[in-house]
Amino acid sequence: MWRWLHPYAKPEVVYHLLGRWLPWVTLGAVATLSIGLIWGLVFAPADYQQGDSYRIIFVHVPTAMLSMSLYLALAIAAFIGRVWQLKMADWALAAIAPVGMVYTFISLFTGAVWGKPMWGTWWEWDARLTSQLILLFLYIGVLALYHAFSDNRTGAKAAGILAMVGVINIPIIRYSVEWWNSLHQGATLTVFERPPMADSMLYPLLICLLAFALLAAALVMQRMRNEILRQELRRPWVKAQFAAELTEANNGQKGQA
Amino acid sequence: MQASNWQALKAVMQRDLMVVMRRRSDVLNPLLFVLMVVTLFPLAVGPGPDILGRIAAGVIWVAALLSALLGSERLFREDYLDGTLEQMTLQPQPLPLLAFGKMAVHWLLSGLPLVILAPLCALLLKLPMAGWWALVATLLVGTPILSAITAIGAALTVSLGRGGALLSLLLLPLFIPLLIFASGAVEAALVGTEAWPQVLLLAGLSLLTLLLAPFAVAASIRVSVN
Repeated sequence: MWRWLHPYAKPEVVYHLLGRWLPWVTLGAVATLSIGLIWGLVFAPADYQQGDSYRIIFVHVPTAMLSMSLYLALAIAAFIGRVWQLKMADWALAAIAPVGMVYTFISLFTGAVWGKPMWGTWWEWDARLTSQLILLFLYIGVLALYHAFSDNRTGAKAAGILAMVGVINIPIIRYSVEWWNSLHQGATLTVFERPPMADSMLYPLLICLLAFALLAAALVMQRMRNEILRQELRRPWVKAQFAAELTEANNGQKGQA
Repeated sequence: MQASNWQALKAVMQRDLMVVMRRRSDVLNPLLFVLMVVTLFPLAVGPGPDILGRIAAGVIWVAALLSALLGSERLFREDYLDGTLEQMTLQPQPLPLLAFGKMAVHWLLSGLPLVILAPLCALLLKLPMAGWWALVATLLVGTPILSAITAIGAALTVSLGRGGALLSLLLLPLFIPLLIFASGAVEAALVGTEAWPQVLLLAGLSLLTLLLAPFAVAASIRVSVN
């Protein structure tokens, strides 16, 4: 397996690999996002209790679910960086964290907007809201620590340790926060049970989930590419790469002229 | 001859104790801070026993968390500046063990005095008698977590020099379970039900943290010293 994985420790290879995948992932994200959102926001039937305002679920649930997964991905990247000392993993950490933070924020914001008409309050100190808020703080902490060091490599290592400490803490925080009686409904989507939701609402929701996952992947990949370029700015391959692109652009202009 | 692990641990702890004993204000100031915060609350929310008694445990715990942040600098800062920390990473003895020694001393000089101070604070805040032992028990099993997690944060930010605000951002979210279980235990004692479950949970968390934190602290020290 190592022989197979080994080339991917090289920034240049990863840069080109991501460059090849990125258009497809972006295309997939845009396509599923438009299908899912249009289906969900326009064609799915209105809820008999909540009316049209339930439609925020198509943004709220995917972002909330993915905010957790992204933190897990962050911690896994940190673990890989810690154990095998791969700088690529450190950069992945820097690429994932902002995306996860924004997803967490979107889920909190949409939750607040949804909470106002449904529960009559923007914010309630209930278990899931609180642990989501804490997740946001954890993300901010990781990012703040990463940027606090002038040396990115040290920053990534420090932020990685914090991310791993955080991922051990997340279940503890979750269960401790459960002590309050929850206003939030239980999870609607579970793997093993058929969800108690009409198909006409479920399918757009699943498509939205896929769409937001693809969107996150595309964003992370683009950030990762940028990070690789930023870190490898003085390496010959970057110069060669951009020299080629520059001449290509110049030639194109000449051709037009 | 190479010192055994036990000797090294003892040496680290003795040295830290001696350093702190020569500058007692480092120990006293966080305690005075707790006392100050506790004094401010009756002035802010009114001296009626019904309000004060209900928020007493929470106030004392929040003050404890903040004072832990306040006193976190002295854990590693000076050792980092004078090179002691670097020497520690070069020792043949495992670094997590030495880190554990530093954490233990930190707890002895910041956690334990807090436990002793707690009844006085409870008196000032008119905490009903029923909650006293629960408060002291949660502080006794909870402050080691405080020391351990503070040590992780302090080790991560020691090379930055301006850790203060950043440290609170890193650590306060991690303290939340502690706060919830502790205030839950006191609440349970106040309404007359069993507080043991929460205290025992907290004790379990404390053991888990003490088991894992030295490794995180050691890794953080290595990152910071580099």
